[in-house]
Amino acid sequence: MPSNTDFLLAIEDLTVSFDGFKAVDDLTLYVDKGELRVIIGPNGAGKTTVLDLISGKTKSSAGSIRYNNKEITKMREHEIVRLGIGRKFQTPSIYDKLTVFENLEISYPQGRSINGSLGFKRTDKVVKRILEVAEEIFLIDLLDLEAELLSHGQKQWLEIGMLLVQDPELVMLDEPVAGMTAKERDETAILLKKMAKERSVIIIEHDMDFVAKIADRVTVLHLGKILKEGTMEEVQSDPTVKEVYLGH
Amino acid sequence: MEYSIEEIISIVVMQSFSGVSLMCIYALMGLGLYIIFGQMGVINMAHAEFLVLGSYTMCLFSQLVTEHMPFLTNYYVVLAIPLSFGIAFGVGYLVEWSLISRLYKRPLDTLLATWGLSLIMQQSFRTFIGARETSATLPEWLLGSWSATDTIDIPVSGLVLLGLTILLTLGLIFYTKKTRMGLRMQATTQNREMTGALGINTKMTDRFSFAIACGISGIAGAFFTTMASTSPSAGENYIVDSFLVLVVGGLGSLAGLFVSAGFLALLSSILEFFMTGSIAKVILYVIIFITLMKFTKGIFYSKVRS
Amino acid sequence: MMNNLQKYSDSSIKKFLFERFFKNKEGVIGFAIIAVLLLVLFPTIFSTFRLNMIGKYLCYAFVSLGLVMCWGRAGILSLGQGLFFGLGGYCMAMFLKLEASDPESTAIQTTPGIPDFMDWNQITELPAMWYPFKSLSLTILLILTLPAILAYIMSVFYFKGRVTGVVFAILTQSMVACAWYFIVGNQGLFGGINGITDLKTLKGWDIRSEEAQTTLYFVCCILLLITILLSRYIMSTRLGRVLVAQRDKEMRVRFSGYSITSFKIFVFCLAGVVSSIGGAMFTLQVGFMSPNLIGIKPSIDMVIFTAVGGRESLLGAVYGALAVNAAKTTFSEAYPNLWTFIYGATFIIIVLFLPKGLAGLYENFIKPQLYKIICKFSSKKTEDSDDSTNLKPTVTDAK
Repeated sequence: MPSNTDFLLAIEDLTVSFDGFKAVDDLTLYVDKGELRVIIGPNGAGKTTVLDLISGKTKSSAGSIRYNNKEITKMREHEIVRLGIGRKFQTPSIYDKLTVFENLEISYPQGRSINGSLGFKRTDKVVKRILEVAEEIFLIDLLDLEAELLSHGQKQWLEIGMLLVQDPELVMLDEPVAGMTAKERDETAILLKKMAKERSVIIIEHDMDFVAKIADRVTVLHLGKILKEGTMEEVQSDPTVKEVYLGH
Repeated sequence: MEYSIEEIISIVVMQSFSGVSLMCIYALMGLGLYIIFGQMGVINMAHAEFLVLGSYTMCLFSQLVTEHMPFLTNYYVVLAIPLSFGIAFGVGYLVEWSLISRLYKRPLDTLLATWGLSLIMQQSFRTFIGARETSATLPEWLLGSWSATDTIDIPVSGLVLLGLTILLTLGLIFYTKKTRMGLRMQATTQNREMTGALGINTKMTDRFSFAIACGISGIAGAFFTTMASTSPSAGENYIVDSFLVLVVGGLGSLAGLFVSAGFLALLSSILEFFMTGSIAKVILYVIIFITLMKFTKGIFYSKVRS
Repeated sequence: MMNNLQKYSDSSIKKFLFERFFKNKEGVIGFAIIAVLLLVLFPTIFSTFRLNMIGKYLCYAFVSLGLVMCWGRAGILSLGQGLFFGLGGYCMAMFLKLEASDPESTAIQTTPGIPDFMDWNQITELPAMWYPFKSLSLTILLILTLPAILAYIMSVFYFKGRVTGVVFAILTQSMVACAWYFIVGNQGLFGGINGITDLKTLKGWDIRSEEAQTTLYFVCCILLLITILLSRYIMSTRLGRVLVAQRDKEMRVRFSGYSITSFKIFVFCLAGVVSSIGGAMFTLQVGFMSPNLIGIKPSIDMVIFTAVGGRESLLGAVYGALAVNAAKTTFSEAYPNLWTFIYGATFIIIVLFLPKGLAGLYENFIKPQLYKIICKFSSKKTEDSDDSTNLKPTVTDAK
């Protein structure tokens, strides 16, 4: 039985195998309250799988994941979300047929049961919160637009906005700036920094400049194992990291 | 009444053999679907009509032979089987080209469209061949039985059925694992874009796989004429069973298909021994539903990275 | 900001209810048209015989409404809706049959007082499961609850186990096949393949008379209109939006903290209950219920009514059920062979070229024309800002 810790998220000895192939192998990782952690690593290192495991999309073969000292490996996705873990997918995952307003509204953390959603009313409080977030993600003038008509970058923002409405304590972002223009990247960096002030954030990212701009600590994954953990400078100067990742 | 040990053994052997025959029937029903549904992820509600198409090919060919070429009566079966494969293959090819190829991204819609196709095929059988039940005139050697011992009688048609099932399955395994076309099919089902990017014509691969699956169903159907007569709506008897046998086994698992065929054969033999046909069916289905409640992805299902 | 706040919040109860039931003016007009059509136009132009037929078609419209919510909106295709239709139909038939089998009118039987088919099957006592159907209120209660219970049992494990949509469709089809065998195999209990026939009176009121058939037609219409409004209400709540959202992005909805399983079960049960009401009305208007009305084929027919009407449109479902059934009655008598070809081709054409059915046709071709005409008229009048916002061609679920 793993002991209690002060960490927000404590992953210990986590393993998952698909038909014998270990995508994540005996991984141990701790995330502090209020920390912004970036996970990098070459393709197939198991980065997205780690997020899948934390968020309950994939079930682990062995090991434990504790969130606020609560074991979450056996829980279903929505239960984990309700504990306060939010997630953004690699490709923008929004509801194309709903408007920007409705997209944000659906993420409002209230009335998520059958009865709750039948009786859910857009009270002034709910609407105010949604308008606030829409302002933050630069979409306040596009509230009635169907989401499929947004640009790629705007879609990414909308999904980040959905997370903000959801107000999780831990946010996990899978390549949040993929496909963005340089200007959009800068704006997103500001957005994420702001977001990280009140909560813990785990980000998976390929873009090294972007990582350098935002990261507190960086974890390098390789073949499902941790290769190196430390500040950006420490990681960049590590010879083994250079070999497997930065080298090419 | 007392049975001698020898008699009991004989009964067990013969009963097991009829069970095995039933398993082969289930497996044959599911084999074509295994490619279409299990591998390509496309549902073909007209699947049963392809079985019937095979049956009709056999029946009509047998009529032709007995009327015009009586000297072939004993051997035509050997010719009828490739013929039913060919015809079902051809129709399947056309269907894929005109209909299925437009719907790969909409599996539920494929289901509706192919149901429409099945109605059209059924009505074509009725209009162009006739509404009455027909059956094939089978050569005598196929109707006989083989006496393994004094008390054990094994029907020859059952042996042929078993042989055919084994042959088709081995052929299918060889096709998917060893031939270029089969490997392409596997690659396409696993990652369509990537395979396309490698310069493989995924469209042709799909068309060919679909047609092959239809052809296999044609062979299966041709053989069903040895057990039942054929009518335009005969497919209705197959459709539910052939899907269930595949779902129970776990989509995309050939071993699963055979295990579940055996499971269904065993169950239905036992049930039909104790009760009337329709109640046996009800209980069989209910057992299947309950089994699937536990194993929602089928009995043989491997964890994959999504 | 204040402007937006007013626009989006549900603070005014009047605005709230209007948006839930009608969404906008177009929703009101669409509903008014169908109400006038069913309650005024049809009764004035058609004979009682025809009206009774339309009433029969409208029973299928209930099933289509259920399918719009379950399949069109939530993406769960059920090929087994006949099961629920039959459940309601059989409950009603069992009640009516018991009333028709009073000891006096069944005096010639070996055991008077039980349904005739039981007597033919050497059953000498009314089976216990028939007892609830002695009471009309209990029967109505069962018509509304049994389908929900059954739908729950049928779906809970599969949705929890996350079977794919295609597999679930196959399973529902197998279930309806199973129900068919069950009824056929229990001749003594449910009348077998012949079904339950010779239904005569409802609480002493002869349902075969012309006057009763007209009354039943109106009851059916009003129930249908109420069902449409309730369905609209449910679909316009957050629940309706979650259903559409999970159809398109299942994972995203899970990661917004919803338990998709329970939403799927809910809508599947809802569709079942609505279908069951249709089945009960069917028995009342047609006077019998048989397994051949609820097998594999009728169940897929119900899906095609919905597809023709437009799988996402509640009103479209009604038009679809009316149109396909009317065409079936007209053509299948005159050209039975040709009809099957046409019918089969309809499936294919709808799927390939008109996935949104009649409603899509209206949305894409007729509506823009209508707006042109309306705009011509309204531009002459004084400008009404409220009107112009409602007249913008947006994607609505009004039609």
